[in-house]
Amino acid sequence: MITYAFWFANACFGGGLLCNLLQFIRARDVIDRVQAFDTMVINAIALLILFGTMNATGHYFEASLLFAMVGFVSTVAFCKFLLRGDIIE
Amino acid sequence: MTLVSEIAISVLLVIGGVFGLVGSYGLLKLPDTMSRLHAPTKASTLGIGGVLLASILHFALIEQKYTVEEILVTIFLFITAPISTHFLAKAWLHRNARPEDLPETGTDCGWIGYDLAEPKEAEGTESD
Repeated sequence: MITYAFWFANACFGGGLLCNLLQFIRARDVIDRVQAFDTMVINAIALLILFGTMNATGHYFEASLLFAMVGFVSTVAFCKFLLRGDIIE
Repeated sequence: MTLVSEIAISVLLVIGGVFGLVGSYGLLKLPDTMSRLHAPTKASTLGIGGVLLASILHFALIEQKYTVEEILVTIFLFITAPISTHFLAKAWLHRNARPEDLPETGTDCGWIGYDLAEPKEAEGTESD
């Protein structure tokens, strides 16, 4: 049962990643692209945690923490660049 | 005991997966940028929360290992999701909305993302 639940969650987050990719491609504005990218990072974190839990190793948690930090910093940097034309003034 | 913990983990995994898929589908489905802001940030953090709770329970109940990294990831995501949404809204307002079109804020300060002087001058020149 737990294996099916793991594969169901994997399929859901994989489908979500595909939705985000479609939104990333068809977006008209830069903001929409940044937002789709931000959501892609969140789905990738979920997939990493699921993979680490399925294989019963703790190594993937550090990777997901790094993913979370880099995704947040890159979203803020993109938005700051769009707002001010410069990232660090 | 094993069956109960397996049922709990499976329910959390299914709830997390459904919320994650709904959040990403809402990003695809909602009409404009400002309404698209709320779908992924609410649902994806809830989805991630379900998956992380399932991971904590799986490691604690089945593998007999107690880990704290999931709590770190959860706290980090829950703190940063509103901040990045706020930045996205600010950038959208700065690029797409003119100060005249925005409603009154009701305070001395203008809308965020614009200089304080600009809405004041716009109000002064229009004076309707």
